[in-house]
Amino acid sequence: MAEYTLKVRRYQPETSEGPYWEEFKVELDPSLSVLDGILQAKDRDDGSLSVRCSCRAAICGSCGMKINGQSGLGCKTQIGEAQELADKQASVGDGDRTIVVEPMGNMPVIKDLITDMESTHWEKIRRVTPWLLPHGEPPEREYIVEPESMIDITQSMACIQCGACVSSCLSMEADPDFIGPAALAKAYRFVGDPRDAETKERLHDLAEDPHGIYDCTHCFSCVDACPKGVAPMDQIMRLRRKAGEEGIEDPNSGHHHELAFVEIIEKKGTLDEVALPKESLAYGIKGKLKPSKRAIKEVLGALPTIFRTIRTGKVRTKWIAPHHKLPGGAQDEVKAIYKHAEEHREEFNIYITGEEDVEPEPDETETEEKV
Amino acid sequence: MKLAYWPGCVSRGFTPELHGSMAFTAEKLGIELVELDRANCCGAGVIAEHNQELADTLNARTFALAQQTGLAMMNICSTCQGAQSECQQRLDADSSYRAHINEVLSGQGLEYVKGKDGFTNKNFLWLLVEDYGLDKLAEQVVRPLSGLRVGPFYGCYVIRPKERLGYDEHPDRDIYLEKVIEALGGEVVEYDGARKCCGFPVITMNKETSLRQAGTHVGDAIDAGADCLVTPCPLCHLNLDMQQPDAAKVVNRDLGLAVLHLPQLVGLALGAEPKQLGMSKHIASTKWVEERLTGAAAPA
Repeated sequence: MAEYTLKVRRYQPETSEGPYWEEFKVELDPSLSVLDGILQAKDRDDGSLSVRCSCRAAICGSCGMKINGQSGLGCKTQIGEAQELADKQASVGDGDRTIVVEPMGNMPVIKDLITDMESTHWEKIRRVTPWLLPHGEPPEREYIVEPESMIDITQSMACIQCGACVSSCLSMEADPDFIGPAALAKAYRFVGDPRDAETKERLHDLAEDPHGIYDCTHCFSCVDACPKGVAPMDQIMRLRRKAGEEGIEDPNSGHHHELAFVEIIEKKGTLDEVALPKESLAYGIKGKLKPSKRAIKEVLGALPTIFRTIRTGKVRTKWIAPHHKLPGGAQDEVKAIYKHAEEHREEFNIYITGEEDVEPEPDETETEEKV
Repeated sequence: MKLAYWPGCVSRGFTPELHGSMAFTAEKLGIELVELDRANCCGAGVIAEHNQELADTLNARTFALAQQTGLAMMNICSTCQGAQSECQQRLDADSSYRAHINEVLSGQGLEYVKGKDGFTNKNFLWLLVEDYGLDKLAEQVVRPLSGLRVGPFYGCYVIRPKERLGYDEHPDRDIYLEKVIEALGGEVVEYDGARKCCGFPVITMNKETSLRQAGTHVGDAIDAGADCLVTPCPLCHLNLDMQQPDAAKVVNRDLGLAVLHLPQLVGLALGAEPKQLGMSKHIASTKWVEERLTGAAAPA
């Protein structure tokens, strides 16, 4: 048994004007959860302390919250570990050693730790048509698929809709319209399903939406937040790969950005940062002859930035000297790698395969969350 | 200390001051850098988005080039660290996949060997704390950054995902910047954005989302009283510094906060003049940092 102080961000719409902080002292074994601590405080100190929970075993997905600033499940975060993180944070900051508990981010708060998931989670989930769309007559009995063909979507099927990834999403913080990690991971669950017949339509929809797959800022927050190892960002990258393979030319320049990047490295070995935005916005001959309105607007908008960098001497040499090339034969080695890899395009899902010779480190499936 | 050094693309592109300041600072610290001049771009996650095997092979080539030198590898870019660690994880996880990748490398006289001579690839930040040592660093300081209020800005790829980035072995990697700032005699500024995303990865696809992130973090740091930010990631630097005037428009407020590369902050404490560290190349003026270090009064 040890004593912990939980500092809870509270909001009681019936009695308080706005949110406020309240500290609760709890006493429990370090191996018990932060949720256990909250329930003890509710039981002993204040019955009005509100939290959504049910299974207490990381299955129902009800108790999403932020603990010391990190999104996750209250029931899956051991209070002893939460204290260690609080101690670490206090060691470099002005803060005290309390365990800070807040409602999930990116969502309106209804009461204390209970958030309204409708507008920021469920609405977005519905947005991606989260059900199978097969064509033709349904089979007499079940659909038969090869087990191997389902491996790729196993990760996205593990989602328990807790909203921790949405809470942690840094793109959504800046753009509330972003479809977001939970819904896009759910979208991949159907895009990758061999029974679904509207993959192409789904990909067009998600790639062309300015708040779709290319609005993800690749920050890995959702990967660390997810208590079930769904790795939503990885699923978004798979959606991008599929959209690219379909050749979908989205108006956000997402696909062209990817192509331009890949081609520049093949040609030059290192990234030519002058060529990348140019090629991304006005890709290929067609783009050069007839750049899109957006490309013209973006280039004009970038002119002040370009002039500023010339003025400080940041990029002066770039405009005189061409981008440097790799020395003696190294570029040919890079090209040989391209030739080999573009023939195979091997994809490697570390969650599912390739663990046979992983050293006896902590179990892969147990390490998603370190709070 | 002698290291195989991968400077990355951006330090030789839009942030030339990073490359220069790293060379200066390494010399002052007595670190010899053997530049991997034949190595290629890490792919920054974009090549992996296109073709995982391609990204894995390209980075396996870089690791193999480093292993040829027999030295530990160092990078100076959070993004390189993240992209390379991701590929290394896939390569290390499966011997048959590694053999498949090495097939093409063998034609170039190269091979990536898992764990060869305890092979590591560390960002300068990690190396400074774990291998060089903070005590030794503090001993080298000739101009303590006394009174300089520094906001740390990590860049996503040295802090997430934790299970890939060696946090089991080094759980404090996400507070190293604070430790370095303190070792140099500076004052750490706590603000909301230290471990958030700068927004750079979506600058082409959604400029507003991208710059709102950068502008918000810079603004938060100013509100918390920072004199400057420091980052181990040149891509973060592009959004926080080069794009700062445009970011200010998106968040609709005045900004104007100096953003230093990590080797610049270290270099200042080791006695370098700001000009030697290329600070005049920055877009957001670093004048205030210079004045602060020479003891000028705070701005009104």
